[in-house]
Amino acid sequence: MTPHVVLRVVSKLLIPLIIVYGFYIHFHGEYSPGGGFQAGVVLASSIILYALIHGLDAARKAFPPYAARVGMALGAFIFAAVGFVTLIFGGDFFEYTVLHPDVSHGAGQHIGIIAVEIGVLMTVTCVMIAIFYAFSGRSPEIPDGDW
Amino acid sequence: MTVGQWLPTALAAHAPVLLVAVPLILSTPAAILRTGRAGWAIALSGALLALLCAVELFLATRADGAVISYALGGWPPPFGIEFRVDGLNAALLLLLTGAAVLALIFARPSVENEINADKRSLFYSAFLVSLSGLAGVAITGDAFNLFVFLEISSIPTYALIAMGANRDRRALTSAFNYLVMGAIGATFFVIGVGFLYMATGTLNMADLARLLVDMDGDRVVRMGFAFILVGLGLKAALFPLHLWLPGAYAYAPSFVTVFLATTATKVAFYVIIRFSFDVFAIDSGFVVNALTYVVTPLAIAGMIVASAQALFQTDVRRLLAYSSVAQAGYMMLGLGMGSQAGVSAGVLHLINHALMKGVLFMALGAFAISYGVRRIENCKGLGMMMPMTASAFTLGALSLIGVPFTVGFISKFYLIQAALAQGWIFAVAAILISSVLAVFYCYRILVNLWVTPIPEGRRDLAQPTPYLILVPLVGLALANLVFGVHAAPLVDIAETAAAAAINAGTGS
Repeated sequence: MTPHVVLRVVSKLLIPLIIVYGFYIHFHGEYSPGGGFQAGVVLASSIILYALIHGLDAARKAFPPYAARVGMALGAFIFAAVGFVTLIFGGDFFEYTVLHPDVSHGAGQHIGIIAVEIGVLMTVTCVMIAIFYAFSGRSPEIPDGDW
Repeated sequence: MTVGQWLPTALAAHAPVLLVAVPLILSTPAAILRTGRAGWAIALSGALLALLCAVELFLATRADGAVISYALGGWPPPFGIEFRVDGLNAALLLLLTGAAVLALIFARPSVENEINADKRSLFYSAFLVSLSGLAGVAITGDAFNLFVFLEISSIPTYALIAMGANRDRRALTSAFNYLVMGAIGATFFVIGVGFLYMATGTLNMADLARLLVDMDGDRVVRMGFAFILVGLGLKAALFPLHLWLPGAYAYAPSFVTVFLATTATKVAFYVIIRFSFDVFAIDSGFVVNALTYVVTPLAIAGMIVASAQALFQTDVRRLLAYSSVAQAGYMMLGLGMGSQAGVSAGVLHLINHALMKGVLFMALGAFAISYGVRRIENCKGLGMMMPMTASAFTLGALSLIGVPFTVGFISKFYLIQAALAQGWIFAVAAILISSVLAVFYCYRILVNLWVTPIPEGRRDLAQPTPYLILVPLVGLALANLVFGVHAAPLVDIAETAAAAAINAGTGS
């Protein structure tokens, strides 16, 4: 159907790697440069690559625009909810120490940061994808033939 | 931590952060929902909860005059981010959340009229984020955090203004204009904060105030102040930096204009007060010089030039937007005096201006829903067809002029008093000239409302104003009257705020 066999095969090889690398950046962000923002962009780039090679409709089928909207909101919700959970545990807002009794190793801090970063990851991924969909799905107001 | 009077103690202890976090977290379900009604309900409940927290904080600061400090993440200030509430921002938070609730009640009929059904819940979601950001700006005690909240509040605001594109495509250019100007303003602010950080090594405002007392002659500090003043001046639409405002107010959806006119520039104005009087010591020469020789002349120029520009507008909302620029000049004039009486008059005018512009823009929103009225000549005969709304509009306009027994009179009275105490006769003259100009531009609208007969064919189109608009509209209009006659509560709030701004500047 499409002549771009090389592109299709290579992208199918690359996309899983990109996703794994994105998660690596995310979870290693605690010890090395990285974190939710960078990982989110890498993850979104995998979907964007898919859309570039297989077309926008296929990408929309794989990752529906509504899912992007839900993901954005859910990520922000997770971020804010961590703050509310620390309140419920009796601490101040975002006082991660209360999340885990092991204070000397800062276990609560680890848990809190990872939870917050998951929220960031979701929001950044979905926002990047939504921006891409918004721009690529936009039909020109004046059709090309009318110029 | 102060014990609450309103909320249970467990909640009262966290009221500063809940005020910001509740609208933020509620914006996420609103973004997912498909129906506008549910989005509206969520937005209203978020604003109401924020209002509860604001009332709680306000009462707590009133009760013992204490400063409420809340350490985010349990990191004690000055190392961590601190939320700090005193007499100054407690009043502002009350105004902000109160205005948000009233605007939201007005929003339901107005948004259903102006925004496409599939965008409504996203619209409310953006509003909640904006509210959360504005509350954060007002409450935070950390200079860099303030910048972050400034951006959080601004970005949804650009989107909200652009939503007016359904009715008028010019909303898009206005929103883009505001985006560019707002981004420049925020950049200037953050450069200024960077200079301060360079000079002092701290970002906490109370800590900055303590360290800056001895750094009068430091050129870096002076540069920092200049950048902060210009950056915030853009956000607050001070006279030569106001170019984004008329377009943004005129083409945004009615609800957004009501909310922006009552809150957004006010919050920026609050930050200017906070930095000029609290963070920088007012007794340091360069702050006084900047206020006297830069802010005051610009304020006076704004009062007169913007009022004169308002005279020539044909679009009612554009007219009122120019009038807003002029009114911002009044507030800046009070601030420029640099005295406690001046700041107090400025804060009083800030509150009063929110009351009157709230009424005016809400009434215009009601006209727009019923008849699609945008231009002055289209207002003909509306007084007969929508007497309640037109009466409320008239009250707001009288208040804007400064007729006795309205709040506008009270704040001009205090402003003139403060100017006389300073011996600034020219400022008194400017206030009077600007008021006369206000008489003229309000007259143009009021004559069309009440005197000109209804054009043929209009009468058949008569529609009742929805109750959800009438209730907040009439409430606000009556507030203009009530606080104009019984001015003591507002004057008291303004004086407490000014005292908090100026006395805290000694680095406490």
